Amino acid sequence: MAEHTISFNPDDRYNAFLKVCEKPSFGEGKLAGTAIAVKDNISTQGIETTCASKILKGYVPPYDAHAVALIKNAGAAIAGKTNMDEFGMGSTTENSAFGPTLNPCDVSRVPGGSSGGSAAAVAGGMVRMALGTDTGGSIRCPAAFCGIVGLKPTYGRVSRYGLIAYANSLETIGPMAKTVSDVSLLMSVIAGHDRKDTTSYDKPYNHTPSADIKGLRIGIPEEYFGKGVDPEVAASVRRAISRLEELGAVTVPCSTPSMEYALAAYYVICTSEASSNLARFDGVRYGLVADSKKSWHAAYQEIRKQGFGPEVRRRIMLGTFALSSGYYGKYYAKAQVARENVRKDFARLFYEVDVLCGPTMPTIAFKLGEKSDPLSMYLSDILTVPVNLAGIPAISVPCGRVQGMPVGLQVMGRPFEDERVIDVAYAYEQAVKP
Amino acid sequence: MIDADIIVGLEVHCQLDTKSKLFCGCSTDYRNDGPNTHVCPVCLGLPGTMPALNKRAIEYAMKVAKAFNCTITAESEFSRKNYFYPDLDKAYQITQYDKPLADGGYVEIEGDDGKERKIQLTRIHVEEDPGRLVHMGNAERGRYSLVDYNRAGIPLIEIVSEPEMRSPKEARKFLNKLRATLEYLGVFDSEKEGSLRVDANISLRGSERVEIKNITSYKGVEKALTFEVTRQKNLIRRGLKVERETRHFLEARGITQSARSKELENDYRYFPEPDLRPLRVQSWIKDISLPELPDARRERFVQQYGCSLNHARTLTGELKMANFLEAVVAGENGGLCDLAATWIADTLAGELNYRSMNIDALSPKNFAGLLHLLKAGTITDKSAVEVLRVMLDERMKGEPVETPDAVVARLNLAKTTGDDSALLAAVNAVIAENTKAVEDYRAGKNGALNFLVGQTMKKTRGRADPGELNRMMVEALKKAEQ
Amino acid sequence: MVTEKDVEHIGELADIGIDTTELATFTGQFNAIVEYFDVLDRVQGDGAVARDLYNVLRDDVVEPSLPQEEATRNAGAQEDGFIKAPRVM
Repeated sequence: MAEHTISFNPDDRYNAFLKVCEKPSFGEGKLAGTAIAVKDNISTQGIETTCASKILKGYVPPYDAHAVALIKNAGAAIAGKTNMDEFGMGSTTENSAFGPTLNPCDVSRVPGGSSGGSAAAVAGGMVRMALGTDTGGSIRCPAAFCGIVGLKPTYGRVSRYGLIAYANSLETIGPMAKTVSDVSLLMSVIAGHDRKDTTSYDKPYNHTPSADIKGLRIGIPEEYFGKGVDPEVAASVRRAISRLEELGAVTVPCSTPSMEYALAAYYVICTSEASSNLARFDGVRYGLVADSKKSWHAAYQEIRKQGFGPEVRRRIMLGTFALSSGYYGKYYAKAQVARENVRKDFARLFYEVDVLCGPTMPTIAFKLGEKSDPLSMYLSDILTVPVNLAGIPAISVPCGRVQGMPVGLQVMGRPFEDERVIDVAYAYEQAVKP
Repeated sequence: MIDADIIVGLEVHCQLDTKSKLFCGCSTDYRNDGPNTHVCPVCLGLPGTMPALNKRAIEYAMKVAKAFNCTITAESEFSRKNYFYPDLDKAYQITQYDKPLADGGYVEIEGDDGKERKIQLTRIHVEEDPGRLVHMGNAERGRYSLVDYNRAGIPLIEIVSEPEMRSPKEARKFLNKLRATLEYLGVFDSEKEGSLRVDANISLRGSERVEIKNITSYKGVEKALTFEVTRQKNLIRRGLKVERETRHFLEARGITQSARSKELENDYRYFPEPDLRPLRVQSWIKDISLPELPDARRERFVQQYGCSLNHARTLTGELKMANFLEAVVAGENGGLCDLAATWIADTLAGELNYRSMNIDALSPKNFAGLLHLLKAGTITDKSAVEVLRVMLDERMKGEPVETPDAVVARLNLAKTTGDDSALLAAVNAVIAENTKAVEDYRAGKNGALNFLVGQTMKKTRGRADPGELNRMMVEALKKAEQ
Repeated sequence: MVTEKDVEHIGELADIGIDTTELATFTGQFNAIVEYFDVLDRVQGDGAVARDLYNVLRDDVVEPSLPQEEATRNAGAQEDGFIKAPRVM
């Protein structure tokens, strides 16, 4: 295979990149020569992968994530690894051990999280496309805050092999770019079955976005426009939806009562899985090195105290608590029931409508340092987490500005109807193109 | 003697003999290779990796379940057992917790009272083996551990019995039946070191239950339990309480020792493994065919070969031994059966054990040849044992193994039937050389005749028939007196 | 109501290491979050999941392992191909 290289020397004033590959090589294929940024929780062979955590500093994976292998096969050049909230835990990229990423639209504000670095790399014009991951909104939130397009694919449609796990039953790798077409193109490369990920489906994506949405039924869930959502943001999104109606879509008001406990269910499940996933970082096989002069438990505790930031340690504790003997039934088991209800709610709605629309985030991007209380930070995920609980596809596409900051329109669809969700976003994007 | 007070339950872990590991493609044939040479990102638990379940491991486990009359559950799933230890590279073991592959079932053993008994099983499930820890260093240089992950991810089957065994002996029989059955099924290689591990639970009626973890040898299980019975009985006799605890078996010293109490407090926080899909394999059971199992083979040996029940039990207790018998008597039209059964179960087993050798060390053809010589009366029993020993020793030393005929010829072991003159010469020589013994014989002392016959046997290298020699000696002594 | 002692115990269970200086803040935040989780008590339903993927299995085929050097490369310390770890009692 012919090997070419590009020169990649971005002016990274936003701290979007944790590692830059200055002369990445590329081959042939539909992404030939395209510089693509990869979020730092996605394994890249020979390139340090840290999940923005001290505990993985120095870890160089001996293998590529499946999605990375696929984009390399399609000719992409890996431009570098992007900053994120440590292990994906956060919505602002302020939880990175290596400093926050700044929002290119306003550097006093956060870019969103946890794929803040990928979003800033795209929004800041450093790369055309980026891979992010979405566990509870981590692609859609930064896409909305930075004014770009981000797709959370249907769970299982893109292989998770190589994605350093935070919450296995909720997360997925997804494409981010400035345009819907580019997001669609990247999706076509990464979607498909992987035998190394036995939760992946054999559903390749080969779709050219279409702007024809005549007759499309759009559900407008009232909970997505309730209190807690900034009125200006809500108004911006309603205007976007009107645009869709002008294009021939029909809106239907509806309700998702399970919204009441969706966020609690999400945080119980993701912290439980995380408490288990993150226990392997013991300083023995990779990452921060354990002091072998200490005894096992003492060394293990020390590494975790030094290597994990406070938010990570908080979530590990919450998860340990939720799974612990005596509490499993009250929290973890109950959360799974709640999750099923969320799934059923969406399924019921999708009998009547084809997609659901609402804001991606309840507000515009916060100021750096604004959200210091964990619970209030978690509450900002309220509009994005139900999608992860149900495993359905959702996209965020920019729809106007409030106080000069981008607002995201979220389009949610049936399982495996990522194509339709892309089309709705595309139709809107094309309609408002200057 | 049955001690009605002893209650024993076993949890047996056996490595399934698949080619690749449970969740990845690494080869399971790691024992002769260096540390960390049979690992990959998956079994090393590198961040981002995911398990992919080995179909054959499930098929093997289902074979075992079917052989022991278990019920395959309608839906089973894998769970994570979370704890932190350097040999557990994901900090959780993927196992089956509340939805195992199979439950119920039983293992038939010969009880201590001689009657057949069914020991009920609780469940059978599949899980992965952790890596292997080696402890290094000393107080001055500092202690540390070394880890080898070759074993991490090897598929294990865990078979849990109800607490229904009534003695250490019954536990050993249970284990033997289990082992033999798994060998017959072709899913387990009992010769591989560390391929079996047992956790034993024992209590004396009215007292607390004690768990002995990680016993790695068959004999060790019986020894550990025997030690425990004594230890617990002693405590009770002294009016002390038996503590509910976990203990380790120290094989070299034959004792059990209390483990650190922290192990008891482990909260494993089990939850379903999100990276694996559930199994619905109940319908597969009808397509699983079982080979002839130990009990059926034992019955057949009695019927077909006329073996005694005891011989049949011994012979079918190990797959290789049973196969050996059938290889030896094949094509012999039943002629050699009796002799073969006796000689394999009694003599050969003993000689092999003594040399720590495997039955593979002997070719069935050679053994059959030896039996023929015996049957034809060409050699005595004693000579036959000697020939056997020569052949085994040659094999052990790596020398070319002679045929029995060759050994007999070389060592001149053929019975000298009809050649009385040489024998007579030997008899007379012995009489001449052992005047004291002859006097003792004449004086009526009991052992003297045996001594003289024995000396003649030595001289004739056991070639002569002892009964024949005896007769000749008595006659010769009479003659000498005259 | 989760106490500081409870939080300490969870810290031990998780082997995560909590400083006494962090304990008070942690406990406050923990309580607020756990209280929020109480909404789950009101959830009704049997949680029966209609799953669509079962029996995802791979054939028993051997694939190449990593060379020892690569397997141990990220480890902090090695000895004769083994990976070094702090001592377990």
